[in-house]
Amino acid sequence: MIDHTVLSAANLRKEYGAIVAVDGVSFDVGRNEILGLLGPNGAGKTTIINMILGVLEPSSGSIRVEEIDARQHRASALARTNFAAVYAPLPGNLTVAQNLRIFGLLYDVKDLRRRIDELLDQFELRRFRDVKCGVLSSGEQTRVGLAKAFLNRPTLLLLDEPTASLDPAAAHDVRRRICDYARDAGVGILWTSHNMYEVEEVCHRVLFLSRGKILLEGDPKRLPAERGCKTLEDLFIAVAREPLALELT
Amino acid sequence: MTLSPRRTGAILLRQIYLVRGSVARLLPLFAWVAIDMVLWGFITRYLNTVTKAGFDFVPTLLGAVLLWDFFARVMQGVTVAFLEDVWSRNFLNLFATPLSIAEYVAGLVASSVATSVIGLVVMLVLATTIFGLSFFGYGVALVPFLLVLFTFGIALGVAASAVVLWLGPASEWLIWPIPALVAPFAGVFYPVSTLPRWMQYVSRLLPPSPVFEGMRAAVSGQGVSMLALSWGGGLALADLMLACWFFSFVYRRAVRVGLIARYSAENIG
Repeated sequence: MIDHTVLSAANLRKEYGAIVAVDGVSFDVGRNEILGLLGPNGAGKTTIINMILGVLEPSSGSIRVEEIDARQHRASALARTNFAAVYAPLPGNLTVAQNLRIFGLLYDVKDLRRRIDELLDQFELRRFRDVKCGVLSSGEQTRVGLAKAFLNRPTLLLLDEPTASLDPAAAHDVRRRICDYARDAGVGILWTSHNMYEVEEVCHRVLFLSRGKILLEGDPKRLPAERGCKTLEDLFIAVAREPLALELT
Repeated sequence: MTLSPRRTGAILLRQIYLVRGSVARLLPLFAWVAIDMVLWGFITRYLNTVTKAGFDFVPTLLGAVLLWDFFARVMQGVTVAFLEDVWSRNFLNLFATPLSIAEYVAGLVASSVATSVIGLVVMLVLATTIFGLSFFGYGVALVPFLLVLFTFGIALGVAASAVVLWLGPASEWLIWPIPALVAPFAGVFYPVSTLPRWMQYVSRLLPPSPVFEGMRAAVSGQGVSMLALSWGGGLALADLMLACWFFSFVYRRAVRVGLIARYSAENIG
């Protein structure tokens, strides 16, 4: 599946005093690959994403985006990266177009006006162009966040529960848009979700994380059977309840 | 270190969009300074009628209010632009882009220039047209007066923003009274010699002190001490460098302890 590595995390560790939030995690994401990062709340998923985004300093380990050391060359690495997360909405006091323009400038997007027009069409946001983001519905705000995430044509896309708080129809629509875009643009995606149906549908590979460590890795369609579980959700519950048992196997 | 004009401009553009689209943001740019000018303008007129003939309070008192308001607007121009990111919880989105701290701070400074110039123009128009304040009395020293106050205003604005980044959103109230705390020591309305000895020592370390001493000297026909003004300018530049270092230090700490990603939590680490 991996034809070209866009993200390489090696021995990533984050400590807060005596608490170890991420404990020596290593993984790669390839171009055209959607890697699911799964685990119960507090497993370390968002901590890993924050470290990749440069807003949280790892205690040790390395992060390379397209072979660029993200700690040494932060701006170059982040110019190739983008993200969307339900807990990071764009400022609600600016319109959709204003937000996209500002973030387009921050990512130094060439021919920005045309790029914004493309994304407004792609995410069906044209009629909200001059509407303040704060008054949009959850689904519309998610689409604006995704339009921002695609602005700089990233080679690495980090999606932290992109469909959380959406109804099933809106979530399906968002998944379709992301997958269409990912296929056309050839990006590598790191995707976290608590929706195992969604994970099975979109992810080529998954990592199960618990207490800051990777416990399992594999194809989301085959992994449950390999681990004696009926579904991915059953496996998730097993990981959440008895991580030590899985760690030993 | 190279600054990207596009990224710096993005921070300025954000502020322009916010001010343009909100009366609540547009009005304070000139309303409070206009009220200050009118209030102090009439006070100076009254004082001119009750004190001995020959002394004009307009250039000393009204001029001092104008220069002090300019300094306060410059400082608040930086802090308000910063607080917009606090209020909209925008740190994660901003600092996950290639934006550097130097570019961000430069954008805050550019925002402050844009907003404080509006206030300065309004104050100048009111003070000169209604109350007859003439800046010819200050001579060419007016330029270094403004430069020193501008530089110190930026320095305090950057330092105050760093304090909020460090202590969390609730510490916002700590930074609003800063100009009022500095004013008694800086001798804005009276000579520094009026102060008790210990306050005079503090005053010597404040860049605005030589500005207001110089302003009074210029109005009374004595020469402005360029040495004292240079000292004030040097102090202001040193304060600015210190403030930028402090902001950068606080930011690096925030990245280390995870505060940028979870800023509303306030007490991580």
